[in-house]
Amino acid sequence: MPLMASIITVSGLTKSYASGFQALKGVDLEIEEGEIFALLGPNGAGKTTMISIICGNVRPSGGSVTVAGHDIVRDYRGARSAIGLVPQELHTDAFERVIDTVSFSRGLFGKGRNDAHIEKILRDLSLWDKRHNKILELSGGMKRRVMIAKALSHEPRVLFLDEPTAGVDVELRRDMWKLIAELRQTGVTIILTTHYIEEAEEMADRVGVINKGELILVEEKTALMRKLGKKTLTIVLSEPLSSVPFELAEWGVSLKADGHEMEYVFDTQAERTGVSSLLRKLGDLRIGYKDLNTEQSSLEDIFVSLVHQERAA
Amino acid sequence: MSGFNYRAIQSIYAFELHRFRRTLLTGLLVPVITTSLYFVVFGGAIGSRMTEIDGIPYGAFIVPGLIMMSMFTESIFNASFGIYMPKFTGTIYELLSAPVSAAETVIAYVGAAATKSLIVGAIIFATAHLFVDLPVAHPFAMVAFMVLIAVSFCLFGFILGIWAQSFEQLQVIPLLLIMPMTFLGGAFYSIHMLAEPWRTITLFNPIVYLISGFRWTFFGQGDVGIEFSLLFAGAMLAVCLGVIAWMFRTGYRLKK
Repeated sequence: MPLMASIITVSGLTKSYASGFQALKGVDLEIEEGEIFALLGPNGAGKTTMISIICGNVRPSGGSVTVAGHDIVRDYRGARSAIGLVPQELHTDAFERVIDTVSFSRGLFGKGRNDAHIEKILRDLSLWDKRHNKILELSGGMKRRVMIAKALSHEPRVLFLDEPTAGVDVELRRDMWKLIAELRQTGVTIILTTHYIEEAEEMADRVGVINKGELILVEEKTALMRKLGKKTLTIVLSEPLSSVPFELAEWGVSLKADGHEMEYVFDTQAERTGVSSLLRKLGDLRIGYKDLNTEQSSLEDIFVSLVHQERAA
Repeated sequence: MSGFNYRAIQSIYAFELHRFRRTLLTGLLVPVITTSLYFVVFGGAIGSRMTEIDGIPYGAFIVPGLIMMSMFTESIFNASFGIYMPKFTGTIYELLSAPVSAAETVIAYVGAAATKSLIVGAIIFATAHLFVDLPVAHPFAMVAFMVLIAVSFCLFGFILGIWAQSFEQLQVIPLLLIMPMTFLGGAFYSIHMLAEPWRTITLFNPIVYLISGFRWTFFGQGDVGIEFSLLFAGAMLAVCLGVIAWMFRTGYRLKK
């Protein structure tokens, strides 16, 4: 990976809490400028700990992180200036007005007043009409937008979104996805954590899977799905079957829809998928079919199987 | 970006003053009313029987103590709330993730709290003039001493705010420690009026030196020498700065 393209470099990052709990066990990760990177993992996997360390809210135990070429400890000013953080919880100053709290954030990050920029952010986030409202008067979704506006107020190069759609209704989640896609157009690198697979699937360029403090895998989303994806072949039968013929046992097929459909799950990366042999066998057995359909498995299936492998190991 | 993030200081300072403005009426009326009540009770009722202390009319004698007492509590409460609230609401995440140094954070929060504390001190000073003739022997020293006290107690409050993990803890030190020490520290009497062994015991109370020093700036005399007062005020400042430096270095109760 060319060095120029990396905006964040994480090397051997570890974190042990005072309780002795090891939240991160030596994580290495490169984030490329301009990409959307989804950090996926179950609750307690270390997602938030990693983000918190990079952003300055938690102290690392070992290893190093650079952001835009600045070490997060030695040159924290340089590193933090490049980062906007939207934490998981809705932490707001309830009595402040929207425009004040967003302007405050800009100042906190050392940037001079820029009314045009603040206006643009508030308009982009549909907050402009509410700019004089106190935050406590806003709905949860609007509060989340305020937090994003704060994070963007100082024109960061990297935006961290920690569980951006946790506890958000479906419509708002769609809105959020649209928003993130728009942000990406402006060249901002986006790192989001989620345990909703569909979120990563919808938006991310690359996916990292973290479990128990270890980064199990980092892969381009499409490659990941190709590589680890299973496909389901659905065979619509001419005549329903009451049970699976014993000759088909080695494929492990199952019957669906009252015997009208036969399902076969195969691994796309296997040398032999078993599809053609299965179809040949069906011909031999004189089992007629009128339609075939294959379906790609989702990131969710991939994720579940990865985490299970980990647990089994 | 490097160097000093003065814009962050400006932002936090303005934010804190804005917070004070929201409670402006009570924030300013309360010290006026409290002071007036003290004059009515101590100055009027008791003072009529206790005309002078160390040659100073009793009404005037209690003014430095009154100002100090209010400034102690104001400083501690304002500074501790200023940093405790973001911890409580969670908005501290932003401060911790901002390119702001420990020194800048302290200057901003303590500066804002000290500003309010000085305003309250000035209001009490002005209100006192309505009740008594108040000579000030060393006006510059008086202002300087007020600033020193405001900053020292705000630093102390800031420490308290970082230390506290509940609203109760936030209140316990000012109410159970500072207030009794102030009342027993000669705010309303001269320690020369105490019998032994209380007089000697009182000298272990650092507040005695602070009130005495402030009284000296008014009347040119105090319970103890002004040099001791400055020594104690300076020591308090140094200790608080040291504790805060340690807190930020270790991330004490701010960063895991």
